[in-house]
Amino acid sequence: MSSSVLLSQHPAPNPTHTTRRLYIFFSHSKNTAKMSGSNLVAMKKVVQQLRFEASINRVKVSQAAADLQQFCMQNALQDPLLTGVSSSTNPFRPQKVCSFL
Amino acid sequence: MFYLDFLIVILCFKPFRCRSLPAQRKYMRSPLIPEMATQEVQLNETLAHLKTESETLKSKLEEERAKLHDVELHQVAEKVEGLGQFVMKTRRTLKGHGNKVLCMDWCKDKRRIVSSSQDGKVIVWDAFTTNKEHAVTMPCTWVMACAYAPSGCAVACGGLDNKCSVYPLSLDKNENLAAKKKSVAMHTNYLSACSFTNSDMQILTSSGDGTCALWDVESGQLLQSFHGHAADVLCLDLAPSETGNTFVSGGCDKKANVWDMRSGQCIQSFETHESDINSVRYYPSGDAFASGSDDATCRLYDLRADREVAIYSKESIIFGVSSVDFSLSGRLLFGGYNDYTINVWDVLKGTRVSILFGHENRVSTLRVSPDGTAFSTGSWDHTLRVCDDCYFFIGIKYNQNLCTFNFTPCAPDKPPLSLTATHLPKYSNLKKHIYRST
Repeated sequence: MSSSVLLSQHPAPNPTHTTRRLYIFFSHSKNTAKMSGSNLVAMKKVVQQLRFEASINRVKVSQAAADLQQFCMQNALQDPLLTGVSSSTNPFRPQKVCSFL
Repeated sequence: MFYLDFLIVILCFKPFRCRSLPAQRKYMRSPLIPEMATQEVQLNETLAHLKTESETLKSKLEEERAKLHDVELHQVAEKVEGLGQFVMKTRRTLKGHGNKVLCMDWCKDKRRIVSSSQDGKVIVWDAFTTNKEHAVTMPCTWVMACAYAPSGCAVACGGLDNKCSVYPLSLDKNENLAAKKKSVAMHTNYLSACSFTNSDMQILTSSGDGTCALWDVESGQLLQSFHGHAADVLCLDLAPSETGNTFVSGGCDKKANVWDMRSGQCIQSFETHESDINSVRYYPSGDAFASGSDDATCRLYDLRADREVAIYSKESIIFGVSSVDFSLSGRLLFGGYNDYTINVWDVLKGTRVSILFGHENRVSTLRVSPDGTAFSTGSWDHTLRVCDDCYFFIGIKYNQNLCTFNFTPCAPDKPPLSLTATHLPKYSNLKKHIYRST
């Protein structure tokens, strides 16, 4: 690119026409700019998501664990796999007499 | 002329005036247009700025989560009575698939099961009688996802065809189900999991293309899509209906994300696993969820504390977990492993209460029945098994004949969970024995 042809020109009448040529000529720089542009959008999304996640209300683990435990205890008796039901209500179990241990 | 054009642009858009000085000329000789360079520098600066902000936010998130970590779950549960050893038994074996069973689901009637396999077959079984009720051959192999509709009138399945198809089930056994097939979901990669929402009208799918999507069954229209995973999404589970419109998904990016179904936004994200997450399942109360991963651990994440609260692992377990599910009360966590076994964990205490052998190849799928009386597993050994546990009871032996009045469940080595009075007082002074059910 000759650097002697510089500076002494009047402004172009049609900027879009020149921009089109610019695209072709500097496609490399434009692409890197575009890539950084999409990276930028992606990074902005990530930061937005992190901001959202950081702002939620949290409870202490002791409180959460106590609630989990309470739920377990409340429903323990209705849990057939935990406490068992008699053969008459569990269709998968055979209707046999129990064996003495 | 070309050069003139670029020059003209420089003059038009540059913020400062070019003066014809030798120094300026030298500057102009650089390959990048200064203006473009400035823009790029600006972009890089903003990018770097955002990167540092994201790093600070991430560490702030960790800090916040750590602040509330005042105690471990098993410490809170120390006073809870231990469970003792459970003995699990296989009650039914469903044989009929010609190849690896990949996925299964229970019907809400607690009796029917739909299962899908590598050879493209989808079979609906009656688990009580082990009869096959319906069989469909899909046009693709590796049917990795199948689900029963809440009404029991349809099944959805999909896999390598990148689609989710819904087959309405008819009472007429001779009718060709494939003729009534409806293609609902379209992804750009394999379908890894699907689930109906509370009605037959909507279906939620996850795919190897890294997205989850909510579809309308009737029109096949995409209602909402969920983007955020950086790799294949392998599993999903809907929150129990009482707790609202959220679902959790797990993927190959080691992350488990909780999503809002209406807005499509990721509400919470958890990244503590060391490998792909193969299965996620909500705790029955909806306040927590468990995940099973290729790193051979199951982990429990609490949604209100926004952190992992328990890890279920043993040094002797080195094979990955393919599927997890909770018992009805949430006290037991069942995990199907790639070493052909099923491990049962005490959720509160973090210990293993039972191990079940029986499959001859890796366990690929595991679900507890809707009423919690049994659980079913599917395996690469072409079979499905329905299992439950042997209970221990306290009974009274009278005159050499077994005379049991109270089926009070208990563990053999521990005091009973509850002891009720005998119905007939004159037997109350007789010796009480512990019996095991068959």
